[in-house]
Amino acid sequence: MKNFLVSLLSIFLGLLLGGLVLKLSGINPLDAYTVMIEGAFSQPNYISYIIIRSTPLILTGLSVAFAFKTGLFNIGTEGQFIVGALTATFLGFYFNFNPWLQIPVVMILSCFASSLYGGLAGYLKARFGVHEVLSTIMLNWLALYLSNFFVFIEGFRRPDTETTEFINQSASITLLENWKVSESGMAWLENHTFWKSFLRPPFNAGIFIALIMVFLIWFILEKTTFGFKLKATGFSQLASRYAGINTNLKMTQAMMISGALSGLAGALHVMGVSKNVAVLAAHEGYGFDGIAVALIGSNHPVGVLLSGFFLGTLKYSGQKLQSALEAPSEVISIMIGVIIFFIAIPSIFNWPLKILSRIKKESKQ
Amino acid sequence: MAILELKNLTKSFGSLRAYHNINLTVMKGEVHALLGENGAGKSTLMKTIYGEHAPDSGGEILLHQKKIKLESTAEAIALGIGMVHQHFRLVRPFSVLQNIILGIEPKKWGFLIDYKSARNKIESIMAEFNFFVDLDSKIETLTVGTQQRVEILKILYRNAELLILDEPTAVLTPQEIKDFYIIIKNLKQKGKTILIITHKLHEIKEIADRCTIIRKGEFIETLTVKDASEQELASKMVGREVLLHAVKKEVSPTDICVLEIKNLNVLNSKKLPAIKDFNLILKKGFITGLAGIDGNGQSELVQALTGLKKSESGSVKINEKAITNLTPLEIYQNKLGMIPEDRQRVGLVMDYSIKENLVLQTIDQIPFSKYGVILNNELNKFAVKLIERFDIRPTDPEIKARNLSGGNQQKVILAREIEHNPEVLIAFQPTRGLDVGAIEYIHSELIKLRDSGKAVFLISYELDEILSLSDEIAVICEGKLTALLSQQEISNNKNLKETLGFYMAGGIK
Repeated sequence: MKNFLVSLLSIFLGLLLGGLVLKLSGINPLDAYTVMIEGAFSQPNYISYIIIRSTPLILTGLSVAFAFKTGLFNIGTEGQFIVGALTATFLGFYFNFNPWLQIPVVMILSCFASSLYGGLAGYLKARFGVHEVLSTIMLNWLALYLSNFFVFIEGFRRPDTETTEFINQSASITLLENWKVSESGMAWLENHTFWKSFLRPPFNAGIFIALIMVFLIWFILEKTTFGFKLKATGFSQLASRYAGINTNLKMTQAMMISGALSGLAGALHVMGVSKNVAVLAAHEGYGFDGIAVALIGSNHPVGVLLSGFFLGTLKYSGQKLQSALEAPSEVISIMIGVIIFFIAIPSIFNWPLKILSRIKKESKQ
Repeated sequence: MAILELKNLTKSFGSLRAYHNINLTVMKGEVHALLGENGAGKSTLMKTIYGEHAPDSGGEILLHQKKIKLESTAEAIALGIGMVHQHFRLVRPFSVLQNIILGIEPKKWGFLIDYKSARNKIESIMAEFNFFVDLDSKIETLTVGTQQRVEILKILYRNAELLILDEPTAVLTPQEIKDFYIIIKNLKQKGKTILIITHKLHEIKEIADRCTIIRKGEFIETLTVKDASEQELASKMVGREVLLHAVKKEVSPTDICVLEIKNLNVLNSKKLPAIKDFNLILKKGFITGLAGIDGNGQSELVQALTGLKKSESGSVKINEKAITNLTPLEIYQNKLGMIPEDRQRVGLVMDYSIKENLVLQTIDQIPFSKYGVILNNELNKFAVKLIERFDIRPTDPEIKARNLSGGNQQKVILAREIEHNPEVLIAFQPTRGLDVGAIEYIHSELIKLRDSGKAVFLISYELDEILSLSDEIAVICEGKLTALLSQQEISNNKNLKETLGFYMAGGIK
């Protein structure tokens, strides 16, 4: 409960300080926030975009949170995301089964590849004591250049571009993709303006899978003996080892699951939105944003779900500042930075929280 | 003449009352003990005197008959009050000299540290009170006992007249404790006043002139130590009659071997031999004590027995079954239980609730889980049962281990290990830092376990504990077994303590 309040207060302060930055750059903060709210919720397709934008953030956030519960700081979500995305593109392009087989196969194998990639950092920690922050940072760059290398392999590369071939239609999880552009579909949508707008973006099944994962991770952590041991390892390795828990194995397993979640984010992004991967000049940030999502959601699966949507909304509506007000869209990054800054020092809120609880007590009497 | 007087002092933290209406008079030049159980409010009271926090309005503090109001520790120090905390506050990579002058460094030309005059002053202090520390050693290379001397020097350097010592002997070895008593006596002789916080009764008898007892934050009484028996002090501290010495029936010697340790060799974390050709047999229905000074291989021995560390050679058998170098879980399933030395870091997951800690090793078993899913109802039932049987307080199974008192934390571990019905229970420093009431309880449970025909391996740095519980006493020194005293030898030996002390220091039987 306290974590939730801290997150809310931090968000409030983030918006306040973001407004100050806007004011300094000569823009009325109220105008800016109006633009952002309208740009986020005034049309069905905006909401659709926000959901699409939030899906990978929820999954990478979940990935960071899960590792954190085992006492590991997985900064490698970015690299695991890339590995998942690349594997999904490769398999989606080379395989062409019936969609009912194709989609699960591509998805599961992509998760598997990225779980090995994440698990590698866990194994290095368990076996050789290499700190996971260091190894995952290195592995992020390794993934980036590995991906760029694969993109340029002849046969996989789309001729004369810096991208790969597209995945087969059978691997796509974009909803109603063909129907939308078919005659009957267009006719139906013509009469249903809400859905016409909502389905304009590449709305896909990713969000449903993400929701299932939120539930699954919550279930593992709270209800299973496996989660019990993972959390025990995270709280105290010494006590866990003494209690007969194989902490090295648990750390590796936690990193594998964490890696799989980030890889799933990458795979779903390819299968639902981008349909291929391109040469990367720098990290896209889906993985790094996962760290912010996990922090704001105080590493709880449901918290991650909410903060994933929040960050997705902020990122999507923030883009509109530039076009509408010529405001720097970096304001959004500043806001997120401020929010995380305050979440990282929760004791800042002890004073207002104390007042809050006193008011509560007095109103009860 | 009174140096310090507290009148009707009260301190609350929110709705929690740390202490209430405390009256305390400390006379100049005396050693005054503040006696109370863990959580009675002793440390909080001392922190008030040292200016770490202000008391609630109402009472007053008088120093040299003058009313004072302390706003900070700096003021307390300026008024001649010094305090040595239970956990030392030293900069480990700094030298002794640097630590002593830290914060009030004498200056040369306004910006250079004048080490020479500092050194002279400290050396004259050491000569006056007749104890010595090498001023150029780094703190991290010193023993705990020496670090404590540095802390005492630190407050003497600040011209303290009133020295407050918070549980000073909790971390010392028997020899260091003896040296510490000598230092206290010297300080007293030179006119310093000492206020010492403790819950060890024999320590009070040894060094204190008067003693004030606090129970649950309330002032009970101040009495002259030489007129009071240990029994009387204990009863007043706990608020009921307590047994200071464990009562146990004599057992008839059995020769049924439960745990056999044969030629065991174990390395420490620096890859040096810590346990050398160690042989010992634990017998059914016996408490075998292992006496020894801290750091003579006890930790490594326990780690090897419980599977936390691989042994280099040798064997360990439970009831003829080899358990050498199995995993901790396998050894546990072979019915070897342990109460670890460090209950907070090793024995418990502090952020887990009582009920979760009670099933730390057995969560995978029926009835606690099925197909990997935890059955919460069963966990609750189990926890409620053990909480009642072992009188764990508070009784809510959802309370985190972190929020329990030391005694109750230990009860959770004890409950878990005894419920598992072990053939052998290793009790490593089972009562460290606990108060009299909790010690009494833990000891009685260990004896019960023995009487039910189990083997108990009691490893303790407290010789008194070994003596009052053990049927057989083994002694360890530098990783070697230096002596093994049978039941007869124990009861026939009039100078048992001295004999054991001799073996503990490396004498060979």
